Order: sequence, then C-alpha cells, then structure tokens
Amino acid sequence: MTGTGSALGVPAERREGRQKVTGGARYAAEHPLPGRVHAWPVPAGVARGRVTAVHTEAALDLPGALAVLTHDNAPRITEPDDPTLAVLQTPGVPHRGWPVALVVARTPEEARAAAEAVRVEYAVEEHDVRLTADHPEAYEPEKANAGFPARREWGDPDGAFASAPVRVDVSYHVPPLHNHPMEPHTSTAHWDGDRLVVYTSSQGGTAVRAVLTALFELPEDRVTVVADHVGGGFGSKGTPRPDVVLAVMAARETGRPVTVALPRRHLPSVVGHRAPTLHRLRLAADTGGRLTALTHEVVTHTSRIKEFVEQAAVPARVMYATPASRTLHRAVRLDVPSPSWMRAPGESPGMYALESAMDELAGALGMDPVDLRVLNEPEREPDSGKPFSSRHLTECLREGARRFGWDRRDPRPRARGEGPLLLGTGVAAATYPVLVGPSRAEARALPDGSFVVRVNATDIGTGARTVLAQVAADALGVPLERVRSEIGDSDLPSAPLAGGSSGTASWGWSVHRACTELADQLGSRTGPLPDEGITAHADTAGLADADSPYARHAFGAHFAEVAVDTVTGEVRVRRMLGVFAAGRILNARTARSQFIGGMTMGLGMALTEGSTMDAAFGDFTEADLASYHVPAHADVPAIEAHWIDEEDAHLNPMGSKGIGEIGNVGSAAAIGNAVHHATGVRFRELPLTPDKVLAGLARPVTSGRGG
Amino acid sequence: MGAAHDDGTRATGHHSEVTLTVNGTPHTLHLDHRRVLLDVLREDLGLTGSKKGCDHGQCGACTALVDGRRVNSCLLLAVTLDGCEVITVEGLTDGAGEPHPLQRAFLDRDAFQCGYCTPGQICSAVGVLAEAEAGHPSHVTDPATAPGRPVALDAAEIRERLSGNLCRCGAYPRIVEAVEDVI
Repeated sequence: MTGTGSALGVPAERREGRQKVTGGARYAAEHPLPGRVHAWPVPAGVARGRVTAVHTEAALDLPGALAVLTHDNAPRITEPDDPTLAVLQTPGVPHRGWPVALVVARTPEEARAAAEAVRVEYAVEEHDVRLTADHPEAYEPEKANAGFPARREWGDPDGAFASAPVRVDVSYHVPPLHNHPMEPHTSTAHWDGDRLVVYTSSQGGTAVRAVLTALFELPEDRVTVVADHVGGGFGSKGTPRPDVVLAVMAARETGRPVTVALPRRHLPSVVGHRAPTLHRLRLAADTGGRLTALTHEVVTHTSRIKEFVEQAAVPARVMYATPASRTLHRAVRLDVPSPSWMRAPGESPGMYALESAMDELAGALGMDPVDLRVLNEPEREPDSGKPFSSRHLTECLREGARRFGWDRRDPRPRARGEGPLLLGTGVAAATYPVLVGPSRAEARALPDGSFVVRVNATDIGTGARTVLAQVAADALGVPLERVRSEIGDSDLPSAPLAGGSSGTASWGWSVHRACTELADQLGSRTGPLPDEGITAHADTAGLADADSPYARHAFGAHFAEVAVDTVTGEVRVRRMLGVFAAGRILNARTARSQFIGGMTMGLGMALTEGSTMDAAFGDFTEADLASYHVPAHADVPAIEAHWIDEEDAHLNPMGSKGIGEIGNVGSAAAIGNAVHHATGVRFRELPLTPDKVLAGLARPVTSGRGG
Repeated sequence: MGAAHDDGTRATGHHSEVTLTVNGTPHTLHLDHRRVLLDVLREDLGLTGSKKGCDHGQCGACTALVDGRRVNSCLLLAVTLDGCEVITVEGLTDGAGEPHPLQRAFLDRDAFQCGYCTPGQICSAVGVLAEAEAGHPSHVTDPATAPGRPVALDAAEIRERLSGNLCRCGAYPRIVEAVEDVI
C-alpha cells in the first residue's frame, strides 16, 4: 500500500499557515495589477419576465464610470453547458437577482453608485416560487444530482408497511440553505496581450479554464486560471459561477484588469443554494426492531433554466438492511434561483430526515437508538448488493457511545432538567460516498536533494498543499521538509475540483503515482542529477475512475447534548462528539479541523440557518449574514471529533476516504433527536428556532410512537 | 456602453485630504468621501490582509484596530478618521517579521482553514485581550465582578466577545483554544 508511512498521518502544520495569519495570503481580488478597475452587477428586480430597456446614461455620467454591459452590448459567448453562466446574452429574466447589467468603474464606490443609477424596465410575467409537497407540476426526473436514478424500489414497501406491527410515517422539512463562504465569489480578469489571466475564487481551476476556453473560444494555452488561496466554497465554487464570466467580459470590453467581487447580498441568487427538501418517510419494523420496509420520498425545487435535484433519498439506499424499499425524488420547476451543491448535497438533508425518523422508530419500539441502528446493519449495500469495501458504522456508534457516556442516559424523554432548562441527548449516523476522479501530477527530483510535486489542486481550506507533500514524502520515502508542493494554477498538471470530498484522493493518487515512478527512476540511476533534475509524470485516467466491485462509503456517528430553555425557546448545544470511519487519516491536525467544521455547519443547519423564498417577490428574504444566521462563536461549544483506524485496500494508494463532508452529515439529526429527548416534542421542520420551539412546547406532549 | 469620465476627481467637494497612521507609517491620502477604511487599506495601501466578507459589518473579516479599539473597518468612513492610528493584521508582527503570539497560537492550534476570516479573528482577539484587561464587561461577565478590574477570560467570555467574527469553516473551538493559549 504505502511506503515508509513516516509522513502520512502526522499532524503537519499548514504550509500556507503563516501567510494566512499574517495577512500575506492573496485571494482573488488581491493580486496587484496596475490599472485594475471594479465591476458591480445589477440584479434583476423581478422574478420572471424580460428586460425591455436598460437606461445607462445616468450611470455613465457618474464620475469614474467606464462601461455598462447589458444583453445588448456584452460580448457574445458560446452557449455554456451550465445555463447559469449565460449572463448578459438575452433579455430573459429567469429569476429575481439574475444579472441584467454589469457596471465597470474605477473604484468600488464608483461602480456601486453607478450600478444604482442604472434603470431597468421589464415586461413582467406571473411567477411561482412556492414549493409544496403536492405541487401540480411536480415531476419525477430521470436522474438526481450526481447521476443517481431518481427512483429505486425493491420488494413491496407499501404492502410491508401496511402489515407491519410497528410503523413510523413522518414528514420532515429542510428549508433552503446558503453556502456563504467567507470570501464572496470573486474573480479578477486580465488580458495580457492575447493571453487571459484570471484570478478566481474557485474550487477547481482546471474546470474554470475549460469553461472559459469554450465560452470565449480561446485556445487552452492562452488561458491561465489562478486560485492560489480560496476563502471557502462548500460546493458553491465547485464549478465556475457568473462572476468569472462577467469579469472576463468586462476586461475584454474595457481593456483593463477587472475585479468582480459579488456583494454578499447577491450570492444567494447567483451562486447556487441547497434546495428546500420536503421528506416523507415511512419506516416499518417487526416488534424486535428489524426493518421490514423503508420508504423515503423527497420533493424539491429546481429552476426554470437548470435541473438540479438534491439527491436526498439516496443515503437510504446505503444505510439499513430492509427487504422492501422505495426511494424517490420529485422536483418542481419554479421561478427560483438555480440550486446547486452545498456541503454533502443529498446526504446532508437526507440523513437529517432518515436519522430523525430512525430515532422516532426507536421511540416507537422502546429501543435504544444505537442498538436499533446496529441491529439493522446490512451485510451488503442494500441497493446495489455490492460488498462494502469497509463499513465500520457499528464501531463508530459504539466508540462514540463510550466516549460520550451514552450508557448513563435515561431513555425517557423530558426526564432531565435544570431550572427552566430541559436537557437531552441524541445520536445519529453519518455516511458519505467515496468519490475519486482522474488527475495528472508531476514529481521532480532536484540535485540539492529536494523534491517538487506539481498538480492543479485547490486549497479551499483543507490543507491540500500540506497533505499532498505528505503523500509525496511517503511515496518517495524522504523527510517531509524536503518536499515542496505547487498547486492552484492551471498551468500545472490538470486536476479535478476540491469537491465531493474527493480532492485529496484524486490529487494524491496521481502524486503518489508520479512519486513512485520518480523513486523507481532514482533507484535505477547513478551519479549526480542534471541541473534541471529529473521528472516523472502521472495520469490516473482509467485507474481512479475505474468501476469498483465494492460499495465504498465513509461512515460516522454523531452524539449531541442540548439544553432547551422553556422560557425563551432557545436551544443551546452543550457538546457534540463525532466518531468517523473514513479510511486512513492523512493529516491528523487538518482532518480534525475539517470534521469539526462539518459538525459546526450541521449545528447551523439544526438551529440557526434557514432561508425563505418570499412568495410575493420571488426573493430569498434572508440574503445577508445579518438575517441568515451562520453559527457564531457563542453558538459553538466543545466539539470533539475522533476516528477509528480503518484499513481499506480498495480505495487508493493512500487508503483514504474523503472527510470534507461527512462531519456535516447526520449532525443536525443528532441535535434534533437530542431536542426531542429533552422536551418530549418532535420538531420536524428546521431550523429549531425559538419561535418553533416555544410553539411546540405549548402543545400538549403526546406519548407513544415517535413522540 | 461607452467611456464616460476618466478623471473622477473633477467632482469637487466629494474628496478630502486625510492623514492616517497605518502600522506606524503615516499616509496622507486624497479620499473619496464614500471610501471606507477597509477600502483605503486594501485599495490605496495594498494591505489586503483585512478582508471584505460582507461590507456591512456583519461578518467581522475586516476587523482592524483604530486607536487601540477593534472596529469593523468596512463601516468606518475614512474621512472621519483623520489623525487616527490604525493597526492591521500586517502590523501585528514584530520588527523582525516574527508573528505576534496570537498569530503563533493560531498556527499551533490550526485555528483556521480557508484563512479568510483569520486576520479579523486575530485583530479582534487582540482587541478582546485589551478590553478585558481594561475591565470592559461582556454579556456573560458575572455582574458581581468589580468594575474597572481586569476581567478573567474563560472560554465562555472568549466566545461571547469574538461572536462578531464569523468563521464558516467552523474553526471556532480551535480559535478559542488559541486565545486561551496567550492569556
């Protein structure tokens, strides 16, 4: 499997850490370019219709204004595969917030003032942005996100449910959620003669280059995309977003370097969001707790211009053994912004619903929720019938229970209090698939005894530079400090994005392969190296993307303790603990940070984060960070992340599974289950804000199935 | 589309001369009255360590110190700051370029991931230490604490006082540990 093992797994410090803490790390708007100017988009002010006129005179008359791009005068681009990138090409308005003009001016103040002076007239059409479970236009798509079939079914789930002695039939609601990385989507485009150089805040520069070469009909070798430091993405920068297209258009029109830094309030409508999901779960079990049927049906929305179906019923195909199952997605095309990836698309909302329903089933059975999950462990992946490459969910649950002190739990709801506070604990399982894609890499040995690995990986905060150097040092059998890694530039060997928890596996595989080849070359030669060193190349196409006979997933278990204030309705998390089985952990320090970060986002999903589609205006009402509440310091208590040592020979040469998303999966359910344990009330609509909690506490407590 | 003005300064009455001392160096600047301190730092002085996360005082990524107090630099019109002393994340390192103890603690604790909120977190924490030392209470300070005496910073105090600095990567527990390291 691996070489000396000396560098893999060690808690190496982030290589760019010093730059980040001293302010030296430069992000997409921060590269010094003489004459650089600023652009500000004008968002559509109607939810559906057509632009009939854009009045730009007043804007152009303002100091500093350089240009106003509209659908009338903006550069024509080749039709993109992603319709959200076809900006300023037609007068059509598919949703509120769609860019209908772009103002370029010398300074940010001048650009903003000029954008406000642009007056747009519309022919307005009736819109519909309201998602309901029985929407008449709901349809069953062929595929959900990531290519999963929208429907899978085996056995007779309806019949099994109807005849089962123990049943749970419940609906859950997850609202729209916003990624909101701390660095807004930003691109700076610069034409250097006939070369295009773009600094962009993206999770994958190779894909950005491919899109720009197609849209602007440029040869690949004349486009360089730099994504050196990226201020978070969480899926919303997984593919190019309109900022980079607008920046290139504006740079072409003005002949100057142009930065498009999307204002925070623009993000929800143009960079994608987690679509709302309406879940109906029907779980049936025998009196011993074995599942006899599992049905998970999801209704979600997508936009008029793009089909994106959050695959929230997919984890139910992986989690539990059941002789009968139906998992189904329906979508409704609405006049809403296009949804897209947000950390663990599918698994995150899907496991919230499934793991909450499992808790309800445990309550209906009078069974411990850890034991219920262990009892229903499948021997093979339920949907595919494939054997698991490794599955240690039971170990995660047991180890988590031990560390958390689960055995001291009084299973009765509403049994613990402290004055006006009700206390409770909850558990939920986690899963996330192992994804990996082909990548290229280059490894070079230099005469001074140092090594350089080069790959167009992107560090969105994961510590990619560091872990890739560790992979290289391990494969070469040399000390870590002798290896340098170069990433974040499309002139480097091409590589897939930092997304789907696949980055380290994909890039690392090619780095490992290049370094193994380089080590072979070094082993078979004598004498000093030439001045330029010697180089080995690798391309894992056909290898990393080969079908596996195994079902490959990471698993985990979350435990949470909450205090619910019966006076204010406020839910406070006191502690969270996660245990994960994610293959080999390659850097203990940065891995722990990622797990904790995912769990923190789950805390937000459970308690603070929620967006509302305003039916009258067709707008997200919580569009900024004052109204859309991402967790703050005071919301986040002690969070512990642990992992079990997992050997899995069916993954990649490092033996790793992805870790970027699984921390987020199931954590909201653990908190919701803890709230039920504390209060005896089952809340089924996120987030659990005081208004909902107070209303729930005012209702008479019901006992029996699921509370 | 078309070119308009290439010299915005002709709009007289909308600019003023302002002198700021930034990280110990005085700068006299001819500033658009709409220009906020954050954009002076980033656009005029090339000090891009202060980050623009929301431009509305909601996220704290732009936190800097003005006359020793932490501020959201995106909310302060620079024209109001004539004569002020500004410290940014770039100004926290010592003369030899060695990191401030808080910067070192952030590295030791891996108290960041993407790094975009980090300069604001660090500047904010510098402000927190000074405020606690000066006896400023917070929402979670025991009301029985003697006024004007230094406030002991436990984890709850640190969390409360840093809550204006958002971190989407979820580094909060490590940030609190880092601040505790330098108390």
